[in-house]
Amino acid sequence: MGPGLRGGRKGYDGVVLAAPVTVPYMRFSIESTAWWVGRALAALSQASGIAHQNFDGFSLASFSTAPDTAIGLTQHFGLSPRFVDFIPMGGASGIVSIRHAARAVQAGDADIVACVAADTNHVNSFRHSLENFSRFSQDAVYPYGTGGPNVSFALIAANYMRKYGAARADFGKIAVAQRSNALKNPHALMKKPLSMEQYMNARAIAEPIHLFDCVMPCAGAEAFLVMREETARAEGLPYARLLSAIERHHAFAQDAIQERGGWVQDIDELYAMAGVRPQQIDVLQTYDDYPVISMMQFEDLGFCRKGEGPDFVRQHDLTIGGSFPHNTSGGQLSAGQAGAAGGHLGIVEAVRQVTGRAEGTQVANAKLALASGFGMINYDRGLASGAVILAGNEP
Amino acid sequence: MTQPLQPPRRKNPLERTRLPLLPPAKRSRRAHDLTRAAAEGRFALHACESCGTYSYPPREACPACLSDRLVLRDAPDGGELLSATKAEVPADNYFRERAPWSVGLVRMDGGPTVLCFLNPRCRPGDLVRLQLRLDRAGQAVFYAFPAGKGQAMSERELSEDPQWRELGADPQHRRILITDGRNPVLMPLVAALHGAGAGEIIIGLSESWKPFAHRDALAAMDKVTIVPLDLTDERSVIDLARDHAAKIEILINTADYLRPGPLGGASSLNAAREAMERLYFGQLRLAEAFAPVMIARGADGDAGAAAWVNLLSIYAQVHDPAYATYSGAQAAAVALSQGLRAELAKGGVRLANVFAGPTDSEWYQTSAQPKVSQSAIAAALVDALKRGMEETYVGDTAKDLHARKQRNPKALERELAAGLEG
Repeated sequence: MGPGLRGGRKGYDGVVLAAPVTVPYMRFSIESTAWWVGRALAALSQASGIAHQNFDGFSLASFSTAPDTAIGLTQHFGLSPRFVDFIPMGGASGIVSIRHAARAVQAGDADIVACVAADTNHVNSFRHSLENFSRFSQDAVYPYGTGGPNVSFALIAANYMRKYGAARADFGKIAVAQRSNALKNPHALMKKPLSMEQYMNARAIAEPIHLFDCVMPCAGAEAFLVMREETARAEGLPYARLLSAIERHHAFAQDAIQERGGWVQDIDELYAMAGVRPQQIDVLQTYDDYPVISMMQFEDLGFCRKGEGPDFVRQHDLTIGGSFPHNTSGGQLSAGQAGAAGGHLGIVEAVRQVTGRAEGTQVANAKLALASGFGMINYDRGLASGAVILAGNEP
Repeated sequence: MTQPLQPPRRKNPLERTRLPLLPPAKRSRRAHDLTRAAAEGRFALHACESCGTYSYPPREACPACLSDRLVLRDAPDGGELLSATKAEVPADNYFRERAPWSVGLVRMDGGPTVLCFLNPRCRPGDLVRLQLRLDRAGQAVFYAFPAGKGQAMSERELSEDPQWRELGADPQHRRILITDGRNPVLMPLVAALHGAGAGEIIIGLSESWKPFAHRDALAAMDKVTIVPLDLTDERSVIDLARDHAAKIEILINTADYLRPGPLGGASSLNAAREAMERLYFGQLRLAEAFAPVMIARGADGDAGAAAWVNLLSIYAQVHDPAYATYSGAQAAAVALSQGLRAELAKGGVRLANVFAGPTDSEWYQTSAQPKVSQSAIAAALVDALKRGMEETYVGDTAKDLHARKQRNPKALERELAAGLEG
């Protein structure tokens, strides 16, 4: 634990993540979200060798469990937890669920917390969720033909490009690298290579956002277990240690248009708590619903200064074998966005990386990973941001 | 970017009529405060009574001080465009079939940032002016257009933007039915509609054997037709609808029957019955014959059915004992219009009520000044169409009575009862 944490904040000593699982995505599914939650719990049980009845914590992130929340699903799946959490916070819910679960296991309120994110995708799900996303969206966004984040991110990206000189090709480099990574991930929905030319020539969705700047909504689930290190050892599970975590919501309200996320406010603490520097991070998983927000995270997570994102991208190879391995599973842009599971995708991949179990997407000698979350375009900006630093068994 | 609006092409009878779709109508109850402002053509935002902060989107408490005393207050309508885009592939069908939509983020002079429709000439960094308008679903939306030095746009230029046209019922190139040609507003109204570039104007005339002073003047005008129409006769209304309902985009209901007098007058029962026949049943007959066709044509072709206007009296809202039975018939007409508005809304067709104060018509002979001129009524009516309003008050007396009713309806009632109109 690093020195000087605010308010004597305690570290996450002894907290680990294990059993990273993915329920393979489908573009559309006729199954309900509860079905995907069930498959994720089964996958966790199989990966860990722990019966699901022995998960005494259950943390669920989803947009589409209505009319149920996590509590109703305990009966549905035969769980009897003493810690239950429901985190409908979109792309930040993975980080938030880790933070809650970590404190629960640290304090002994629970021993094994199943952190599950799942959303189905029916053919009409996307429009339905746009219509009902938030009150501000219903009152002040959807009536402008701008349902969904495409237009919000177009406005954010256009402003960023104008102010900091980013070009579409810079965003393209991020998207093209992720597609190259995705081709090594059997779970990724996108199976064909993407060239810079294809990226540049894709049709406009909302200038400057074009087709390959957008994620493909899909059905899927991501999950992992949070427990104490001793529990993981006793169960014989490979694990990643949680070195630090931050979250921040509705930061920088004074910025007329979003140019930075809440990470900026807490980033020093993230590294101080972990006792590492940005340069030591071996692999980065950013929340990538659009390349522009990944570029902002390169800045806001401390890999370069504000405004240097475009240059940083130009100077680095972002593929698995490159100088700055980024979103090694293909990220949401190429693996698909399974609703709230988009916020768990990078965490699950980060656990695989630092435990040396990423198979085709493995970065050589990856010991330290940073995974971030971002989400809830409530009105004109993403409200939620968070990040964790994970380390392999033997850093 | 845009070009002058062309007259709609003649409809190919072999083509299917496009069915009306509407933008999303769901809003929070607070958001309907803005609906109210837009319906009256005002620009207003929620303001905190405790600290004065303007807030948007609509909230339940002030984000600066958490007071729940948020009131709708007229606000500065200027702003700066921060960022702009064009939504090319909206998820919603109404928007998809009319794409692209220019939208942007504007920092309002009042403080908050608003996501709004943009005139396509707006560029980031531009100073803009905002309007609060009703969309085709009848809900409030913001529209911004350039307002910087040398950038100001005329109404005619604004009307070249198809997005702007969706937010109103501009008479330009639209065919219009005026239901009662004997209303003294007729000639100023025809002139105002011509001035606004209206298409054909059809004028209903009852009892055509009776003298009609404007017959020759109207006959000499281009694109004006006089047709027989008796609003007290269901058969007459149906006959006209059969021939003309599918060829009008704006219906202006000028039915009236003003006979002043308090209760107990010698002929008050007959006058009340006649007024109801025209103002209430007349509107009802028109609604049954014309509304279904207008609803179906809400998205027909380049223009499509756009609006229904009732020309009413302020006594519909403020029931002056000196106009007791007339007020009753007027009020009945307003009550009916809300039902009709809800029906027309299915086709995205607007309904506006224009409330005029006492005019220079002979039946208001003894009414106190100031009176409102027929040309002022005509101008206000055309303005309400262009701006897509639902309610407008014409003349100083109408505005005064409306404001007094908002302030304290009981005070107004007592003062009118005492004959204290001033």
